[in-house]
Amino acid sequence: MSMATATAVKPVERENYLNKEYGVGSWLLTTDHKRIALLYLISITFFFFIGGFFALLIRLELLTPAGDLVQADTYNKLFTQHGQIMVFFFLIPSIPAVLGNFLVPMMVGAKDLAFPRINLLSWYLYIIGGAMMVHCMLTGGVDTGWTFYTPFSTAFSNTKVIEAGLAIFVAGFSSILTGLNFVVTIHRMRAPGMTWSRLPLFIWAHYATSIIQILGTPIIAITLVLVIAERALHLGIFDPKLGGDPLLFQHLFWFYSHPAVYIMILPSMGVVTEIIACFARKRIFGYSFVAFSSIAIAVFGFLVWAHHMFVAGISVYAALVFSILSYAVAVPSAVKVFNWTATLYKGSIRYDAPMLYAFGFIGLFTMGGLTGLFLAALGIDVHVHDTYFVIAHFHYIMVGGAVMGYLGGMHFWWPKISGKLYPEGWARLAALIVFIGFNLTFFPQFILGYLGMPRRYYQYPPEFQVLNVLSTAGATVLAVGYLLPMCYFLWSMRYGKPAPDNPWNAAGLEWQTQSPPTTFNFEKEPVVTWEAYNYEEIDARTGGEAPIVG
Amino acid sequence: MFDNFPFWPDRASAAAGNVDALFIFLLILSGLMTLLIFAAVVYFAARYRRRDGVPAEQIEGSIPLELTWTIIPFAVFMVIFVWGAVVYFKSRTPARDSAEVYVVAKQWMWKLQHAEGQREINELHVPVGRDVKLIMTSQDVIHSFFVPAFRMKQDVLPGRYTVAWFRATKPGTYHLFCTQYCGTQHSSMIGSIVVMEPAQYEAWMSGGSSGPLSASGEKVFSELGCVTCHRTDAQGRGPNLQGVFGKPVQLADGRTVTADENYLRECILDPGAKRVKGFQPIMPTFQGLVSEEQVNALVAYIKSIAQPAVGANPSTAAVVPQNENQAGSKVQ
Repeated sequence: MSMATATAVKPVERENYLNKEYGVGSWLLTTDHKRIALLYLISITFFFFIGGFFALLIRLELLTPAGDLVQADTYNKLFTQHGQIMVFFFLIPSIPAVLGNFLVPMMVGAKDLAFPRINLLSWYLYIIGGAMMVHCMLTGGVDTGWTFYTPFSTAFSNTKVIEAGLAIFVAGFSSILTGLNFVVTIHRMRAPGMTWSRLPLFIWAHYATSIIQILGTPIIAITLVLVIAERALHLGIFDPKLGGDPLLFQHLFWFYSHPAVYIMILPSMGVVTEIIACFARKRIFGYSFVAFSSIAIAVFGFLVWAHHMFVAGISVYAALVFSILSYAVAVPSAVKVFNWTATLYKGSIRYDAPMLYAFGFIGLFTMGGLTGLFLAALGIDVHVHDTYFVIAHFHYIMVGGAVMGYLGGMHFWWPKISGKLYPEGWARLAALIVFIGFNLTFFPQFILGYLGMPRRYYQYPPEFQVLNVLSTAGATVLAVGYLLPMCYFLWSMRYGKPAPDNPWNAAGLEWQTQSPPTTFNFEKEPVVTWEAYNYEEIDARTGGEAPIVG
Repeated sequence: MFDNFPFWPDRASAAAGNVDALFIFLLILSGLMTLLIFAAVVYFAARYRRRDGVPAEQIEGSIPLELTWTIIPFAVFMVIFVWGAVVYFKSRTPARDSAEVYVVAKQWMWKLQHAEGQREINELHVPVGRDVKLIMTSQDVIHSFFVPAFRMKQDVLPGRYTVAWFRATKPGTYHLFCTQYCGTQHSSMIGSIVVMEPAQYEAWMSGGSSGPLSASGEKVFSELGCVTCHRTDAQGRGPNLQGVFGKPVQLADGRTVTADENYLRECILDPGAKRVKGFQPIMPTFQGLVSEEQVNALVAYIKSIAQPAVGANPSTAAVVPQNENQAGSKVQ
């Protein structure tokens, strides 16, 4: 969204990555991580609004118990593609590919990522995958649910399963390459003095995320290839009629797709950590615990996949093991929440828009996390599995958590990215609307789920209607909350006040260069002699209030 | 007024109370946790809002605090885990004398057959207070048998049996949903469970049955010619099936399996997969030749010839393994 406008802006006094070169070619062939981040920003925003539009259609269909807005098959395609687009083309790339791409090199004091051309390649893979997905949608769509469960997907669905599978397969390589680029950059390209214990926690979160991307994504790629092969050649891997095992698919699918949830939420946790430190003017309470909890989440995240399968027909003993491991992964998440809260203690707190998003994140993530305890409890999961309780839970984590973090991060770093200030009042209002709209949309779904409304129903018994109406009303509020930032961000690019280099007086190397940064980020390689979050020094030096300009 | 806005699902099975108790405990616990965190965030945010001349106080962290809020949540989680596991175990272990209902799911209906023979579609009549065991399979894709009022759910897989059970405690009619997405009419794959007083149920049962499922199984058994090999006098080319259900079986490859519903089913559809020790692989597959209902009937029949042998005369129970050994040592 910034390309056309940004190039239209009259060159400001200083040369930066936006005005250094002009023309479409300079963007499409760029190897600058910041420009690639903007390419990602434009493309994932596109997919976010497609996915969101599908969500609205789904909610409108569910206003009434009878399936009267669209046909059953259309509805099935809508929720399938809503899920596939949001998960694979928005949530997974959102923070890593946009904010991570923009910030990881700057935060460690590097000129660029370790492999700039591979970084560009990863964007092209994303775009090719995305174009394949759009083509799949336009030529008939797919109706398997985003989970592709077999043997429905391999032998019964008459829709474009192979096309959708290939689209996600291709986009997966984008994710793997981004992860690889981050790991190598964080290991090899840190500025002198930037030790592991001085890394911003955003970097630790991205490091943990990258590990999951590199180790997990190939599994989904292989799984999708098997589904495609089974569908095309009837090999008998998953179809019991041919001697296959449908549970094998579920094991393979969730072995990636559960850790994938942490690809979505860990970067968001990293963003929120940065914001809280800055707006409370404090070192993060228990830095090393927060850092290692990211790694612990990445590791434990790989050991809990079968908690999606407690009623699928796995053995009682397998279910016990996966239940207990699921509680193990909840511990580091709880530790993070406690540490963020403790960081506020004796802080000097301001409520600017990014901080409001961070507060919202804590609230929604806490509720999403606590309802995860219900699902991990075997006895309760049997009842609420595949109902709206699950829908509510994972939207609290993936939309409440991941998107709040993403929006908070966009606001926090927007002055750095665009060189412009957004209108603070509008931004606070949007944060409030998102929070209210979100809760109105998804809280009723917890009740619906416990009452027994199954997911993926386009018509339902009439006793569920009132809660569905509430949820749909919430979704329209939420839609307004999501449209507002896009409007004022676009507005700010033309009319916004020029941003100082460090409008928040924030710690972190990215704030020590100009806004927007130059192509190689720093005039000369920075040397780090201070700990992360040295807010005491910054405030002592600046008096705590006035931003450093110039 | 609240017809369209119930606050709590019906509670109509023995398991429902257990699930609700844990659910309420978790509601209170997570409500308190949420309040605690919200209160702390709001209080800190208000108490420590930015004021001129009052700098933030830098705090490094605290190992005792970190340990406290690692260990206490973990301990609480373990309590939830154990409680949840207990509820789960109870809901997964059917009583031995349950009434049995065979369920065949297909796009998009539930076909149900009582062991006594009654067939139903999208409707299941059961008596109050009796354990009912569901032996379920699917003809096509994965479905899931979900009765919210019973807090009971189990996926129904093609190619094998899954088992679930419940004991209804309150007469009434309750939703039966399919909760595993299964294609176009997934949301119309709704049935109902009619829970009746025992007397009513007996009256319902006595109407229009073609005889017990095991009897139709016996008919299929003889029609397909199974009797020519599976003889009861230990002279057959296949194992004697009398008394085999629920017993361990020695396989040709040295393993031992229990002859449960899934094993019998597999032997009918894929006889070579788990061949009994001492018998030649001469049995043809019946895959594609028998319907899911016929497989159910055959399984019900084989079970029925097992039960009298054990139940009616305790002394024959001891003979059964011996029969098995004979079968095992017999080489054709």
